[in-house]
Amino acid sequence: MWSWVGHRITGVVIFVFLLVHVLDTSLVRVSPEAYTAVIGAYKNPIMGLGEAALVAAIVFHAFNGLRIIAIDFWKKGPKYQRQMLWTVLIAWVVVMVPFLIRHLTIVFSNFFGGH
Amino acid sequence: MSSKVIDAPRSNSAETPKYKRNKSSHSSFEMVAWLFMRVSGVVLVVLIFGHLFVNLMLGDGIHAIDFGFVAGKWSSPFWQIWDLAMLWLAMLHGTNGVRTIINDYAERNGTRMTLKTVLYIASAVIIVLGTLVIFTFDPCPAGAVIDLPSFCPVP
Ligand code: HEM
Repeated sequence: MWSWVGHRITGVVIFVFLLVHVLDTSLVRVSPEAYTAVIGAYKNPIMGLGEAALVAAIVFHAFNGLRIIAIDFWKKGPKYQRQMLWTVLIAWVVVMVPFLIRHLTIVFSNFFGGH
Repeated sequence: MSSKVIDAPRSNSAETPKYKRNKSSHSSFEMVAWLFMRVSGVVLVVLIFGHLFVNLMLGDGIHAIDFGFVAGKWSSPFWQIWDLAMLWLAMLHGTNGVRTIINDYAERNGTRMTLKTVLYIASAVIIVLGTLVIFTFDPCPAGAVIDLPSFCPVP
């Protein structure tokens, strides 16, 4: 039940971001200055935390999506759905910890460390 | 106990003689959409995880992203096709997902129709725009001076 709520909310959040993300990337067609200016906004620490949250949402949606697919197509899927939910949450932590360390290091060290 | 055999749900039984679930005129759109959500989901895991890894984890991560970074990627057909597939699959998957959510929560006919019309227009605009940008992109635009990829002729 809660995994379903989480899947819905992350799905909508990712979709809304995708609409914005195609628009900001489209600025490469306007000029290098326009693109670089807007993408610069993605590099400050507040946005860096937002990106971390967004990646967290995508990774949860992706792993839980694979779980939904396994429940639907694998004969024993419904029986093991609860164990698979734990697997999803553990895999989410295993992917997110190294991601957060690397991404937040890049965002914070470049912001406070010069340039 | 009677030995009555229970029919499969919604089959053309004595209780529901008018329900013909195998009628060929019946549209299979919802079934195709259901299957598409699953197939596109599996492909998107590869496309999106690869996208995030190359853009945020390799090299200097998000700090290295500027016009030259995008130009460098899209000078290769490999990344053009990758991003094109990701754009179309994610947009169709997301649009169909949001369509389901609108159908679930918007109970008034008018509200539902309006929301879905807005959704379809927004999605079509983004898919067309994104596709045009990937294919009409010029890595060395005339007159530009900053953040150009290294392979552009020096002005
Ligand atoms: C990363 C790989 C992804 C996988 C494995 C995945 C998998 C799934 C699956 C299996 C469903 C359930 C469909 C159903 O119940 O019929 C779903 C729903 C959905 N997905 Fe994804 N998806 C992925 C990426 C995305 C992306 C990039 C977006 C946004 C653009 C998105 C938005 C949605 C939405 C809005 C729903 C509907 C949720 C609902 O009806 O409760 N998904 N996804």
